[in-house]
Amino acid sequence: MSPDKKVRPKLATGTEPHLNSGGVRTGTRAAIAAPHLRTDRWWLAPAATAAGLLAFIVYSTWRAFADAHYYASPYVSPFYSPCLAERCEPMPGGPNWAIFGSWWGISPAIIILIFPLGFRLTCYYYRKAYYRGFWASPPACAVAEPHKKYTGETRFPLILQNIHRYFFYAAILVAGILTYDTVLAFRNEHHEWGHMGLGTVVFLVNIVLIWAYTVSCHSCRHIVGGRLKHFSKHPVRYRMWTWVGKLNARHMQLAWASLVSVALADFYVYLVASGAFDDPRFF
Amino acid sequence: MSVVDRQEWDVVVVGAGGAGLRAAIEARERGARTAVICKSLFGKAHTVMAEGGIAAAMGNVNEHDNWQVHFRDTMRGGKFLNQWRMAELHAQEAPARVWELETWGALFDRTKDGRISQRNFGGHEYPRLAHVGDRTGLELIRTLQQKIVALQQEDHRETGDYESRLKVYQECTVTRILKDGRRVSGVFAYDRESGRFFVLRAPSVVIATGGIGKSFKVTSNSWEYTGDGHALALLAGAPLLNMEFVQFHPTGMVWPPSVKGILVTESVRGDGGVLRNSEGKRFMFDYIPDVFKDKYAESEEEADRWYDDPDRNRRPPELLPRDEVARAINAEVKADRGSPHGGVFLDVSTRMPAEVIRRRLPSMYHQFKELADVDITAEPMEVGPTCHYVMGGIAVDSDTAAARGVPGLYAAGEVAGGMHGSNRLGGNSLSDLLVFGRRAGWHAAEYAAGLAGARPPLDDVQVDEAAAEALRPFSAEGPVPGEEEGRPPENPYTLHQELQQAMNDLVGIIRRESEMEEALKKLADLRVRARRAGVEGHRQYNPGWHLALDLRNMLLVSECVARAALERTESRGGHTREDHPAMDREWRHINLLCALTDPTGGLAATDPVRGQITLTRETTDPIRPDLLALFDKEELVKYLAEEELSSDQL
Amino acid sequence: MTSYEARFKVWRGDAEGGGLEDFKVEVNDGEVVLDIIHRLQATQAPDLAVRWNCKAGKCGSCSAEINGRPRLMCMTRMSVFDREETITVTPLRAFPVVRDLVTDVGFNYTKAREVPSFVPPEGVGPGEYRMMQEDVDRSQEFRKCIECFLCQDTCHVVRDHEENKPAFAGPRFLMRVAELDMHPLDAAAETGLDRKRAAQDEHGLGYCNITKCCTEVCPENIKITDNALIPLKERAVDRKYDPLVWLGSKIRRRAT
Repeated sequence: MSPDKKVRPKLATGTEPHLNSGGVRTGTRAAIAAPHLRTDRWWLAPAATAAGLLAFIVYSTWRAFADAHYYASPYVSPFYSPCLAERCEPMPGGPNWAIFGSWWGISPAIIILIFPLGFRLTCYYYRKAYYRGFWASPPACAVAEPHKKYTGETRFPLILQNIHRYFFYAAILVAGILTYDTVLAFRNEHHEWGHMGLGTVVFLVNIVLIWAYTVSCHSCRHIVGGRLKHFSKHPVRYRMWTWVGKLNARHMQLAWASLVSVALADFYVYLVASGAFDDPRFF
Repeated sequence: MSVVDRQEWDVVVVGAGGAGLRAAIEARERGARTAVICKSLFGKAHTVMAEGGIAAAMGNVNEHDNWQVHFRDTMRGGKFLNQWRMAELHAQEAPARVWELETWGALFDRTKDGRISQRNFGGHEYPRLAHVGDRTGLELIRTLQQKIVALQQEDHRETGDYESRLKVYQECTVTRILKDGRRVSGVFAYDRESGRFFVLRAPSVVIATGGIGKSFKVTSNSWEYTGDGHALALLAGAPLLNMEFVQFHPTGMVWPPSVKGILVTESVRGDGGVLRNSEGKRFMFDYIPDVFKDKYAESEEEADRWYDDPDRNRRPPELLPRDEVARAINAEVKADRGSPHGGVFLDVSTRMPAEVIRRRLPSMYHQFKELADVDITAEPMEVGPTCHYVMGGIAVDSDTAAARGVPGLYAAGEVAGGMHGSNRLGGNSLSDLLVFGRRAGWHAAEYAAGLAGARPPLDDVQVDEAAAEALRPFSAEGPVPGEEEGRPPENPYTLHQELQQAMNDLVGIIRRESEMEEALKKLADLRVRARRAGVEGHRQYNPGWHLALDLRNMLLVSECVARAALERTESRGGHTREDHPAMDREWRHINLLCALTDPTGGLAATDPVRGQITLTRETTDPIRPDLLALFDKEELVKYLAEEELSSDQL
Repeated sequence: MTSYEARFKVWRGDAEGGGLEDFKVEVNDGEVVLDIIHRLQATQAPDLAVRWNCKAGKCGSCSAEINGRPRLMCMTRMSVFDREETITVTPLRAFPVVRDLVTDVGFNYTKAREVPSFVPPEGVGPGEYRMMQEDVDRSQEFRKCIECFLCQDTCHVVRDHEENKPAFAGPRFLMRVAELDMHPLDAAAETGLDRKRAAQDEHGLGYCNITKCCTEVCPENIKITDNALIPLKERAVDRKYDPLVWLGSKIRRRAT
């Protein structure tokens, strides 16, 4: 016997899509005119995020296109490492290989920066940060977003966010090279081993944070163990997954810390290379 | 002809907690078209509050465990008043019911070798409770809910309609069982959201509505626990069994007032928590009753050794059955040795390191932190008894869960009586839901199938009467409530509060004859006033109206509790008489049955002496000899009367 | 015990319309917002509709928005507010309103039915299931969910875009997909059901832009985004955007 239509089918009530997109003011919802009723300073977090990211963008754009003051023996700015064009300053023992010939006319930073930039741009934390901070999608939880339409990461270009994993592989290579740079920083300006200066410390801190940020990545967590169905059959990968998981819980903090440290390392090189500051040598 | 909407089903299940959902799954799998009606949203039933676990003798942790040991523990816990056949079926079938949950997707905590882990609990000889942290009830409900969805998906593939064979009417309340002669013919219900009435015609009705805690002021139960199923069965002519047995859980929160009664799980004591009075003394050592003397530690040193070495030490008295602990706390508070807010101290902070507490008791840590601002890793909790469970309920056949005297009516879960005797062991409720939920669904489906074409017809007069009764708070018929004698209508919220206060004070954990007589008078008075309970507004989602209708059920059930408690002149399990403090072996084989005084189902009886409820005594079936043989004779003499023991099987 | 008089604004009305109504109401030590709503019912507005059950944060019935934030009323203590503050309580704003603080959460039940259920492994009988604790940990975290639907309410994908409701299951039910995909004995793959692919194709995983509001409002502190949604996205990448897998499937398709 078919259910009597007059009794409302309880489980199906209200599921008819109302296709008028009034957002939280859609006709069937509680009639409240305000886009949100939050009384706390919800705008502070997205505003601070946007300000922080903007500051980095301005700084890094200037430095990337400056094409100058990026090498002060034994230090090479992380923005310019590896340096892959013929026009690069010579860096004895350093990561410069003239893969790109003399035809490359602009700053060699551009060749390499695409990789860390892509890694951070598709990073699950930074996505949250700029979707909220720049796109206001949403500005904060339960605060109405200003957009009429939303398709998320279902179509071009945002569907490309799914390539994060490949940028992660690239980021490992870049981190490896920056590690090499840090090793080179244990030389003096005459390329003799067994020396240390303040710059060495700056590079050390930076490389630790870069590695911590890189391996705390969600893709990394997935690759080392997250994709497994049975941890019990892969005890080593399970232990690695647990360890990456602990770092991953701090992914946001590491993202910011490494962003600041990489800018500082570059700025330090700039100061030394431009002669504005003399690298204090310890031994 | 009544204009109320109607639908036809084979089996209607009232209540969507563990028992109701298990019954619905069983009925549907046996081919019955099944409807479930519940007062809340699907998946919110009170079962989610169960914390400890499901008792089932799987023997995963201790291989000596088996159904006979579980049966023995259950009978001891219930002080031998249990309907022994139910206790037997329960102990035998519980493991299969738990394993079945795994095939539906449940994820219990595991042992080292990958089987279901089992934990210790009060009254259970071996580690027996399958659990998921301290949220086992949630896992149970979610698993059953998802199994129902799975069945609906199956139906959708075959018929194109998710609800063709199994449908959940959520946020609907049943107010009457409809009958054709003695037989069930359907239910009358209203939709809480719209206030509209509807009738489900069905030859089989399974009642699985849970308990009665909302008749008491301090309770761990949610608003739904208004004794609806108990009252529906009474009104349909089915008797209630041993309603005097109400379990007060020893440890509920007492402060702040708004959370008074919320449960503090028994695992706190199982994991090492101790009870102290205001003088700092572990008072439970003074309250070990004679029947348990040889099983519990006599000194703090021995009790403390038990946690690490349970084989060579006796367990701490904090782990006595719930009724004993609740009475002890009550006595300490009465003797002015209580905590500032009228409880006693339950302390884990001096017993375990802070991180261990946070790991083992995560939800207790949060509950106290967020609701009482108490950090249980640094200071003791204040706890006191809270109304938790009713052992009494609808009298049912042990094997089929059929209610007595009303063909087509079944009951399972807390609303059914008998299984737990006078006191329920922790962990036995969840297994009870599964074992008897399944049996109720099975036999309800079978009964419906057996009737085939000859289904009981609906009686329009009953439908109209039920509609009129439900509309009374709006004064849809007769004079405006309150105006008949020039008095204002009664506020249902006020009536409810007075009822809760009366039951708490007069028929609470310790009972006296004079107080219970006073309670009956108060109940009669409330009954008169409840007829004038008026509500404002309209029928759409009107909580005042819903409460006014629930009052009828709470008043009926409360009277059952008070009358049965007055009648039973002994103390046993969840029934403690100050004027009859000892357990009496002559009462061991006596059941008290409550039935409606006016069998026509009218509620006009307002005479406080006579009331609405009539009690009858009944002698229970003798325990089957092979089951009796599971106990030592020395133990049995403490419980059984001479003539029961003289049977030669021993 | 100290008490004071608080100012409340409570939304009252139904699908036809309504608005914020002002109340002055007594507040005592240790009370939560739900206590105050109950006091309003008992003393000033007997027909004020509110959904609640356990009052202990375990059933997930009393979801509402308090000062604009999705929360459980029973777990929001009055002591977190200033005494001078006016406290605004409204129904969930992502779902159709029924009456006062009660909304029609049917959307969630519809979505629940669209997620294919657990598939028991063949040839493993009841009682024979063997699973290691470390293998069930992940799914157990998701099964802590009390279905309060605060995550579904706060998720801007449907909160701000009603038209996305048919295509998007919401955090709660994407987490359910993740739970089943991580279940050590789920045999969906053997029956030809690819949960990872279905998450993207059927349940709208791509709509999620991992802005983490679901995690922020979860009263059970489940790490919905980090432990369910992102791993699910990565699993979908395994299936759909890994060039080797893509190439393999192309070749296989050509071969057949």
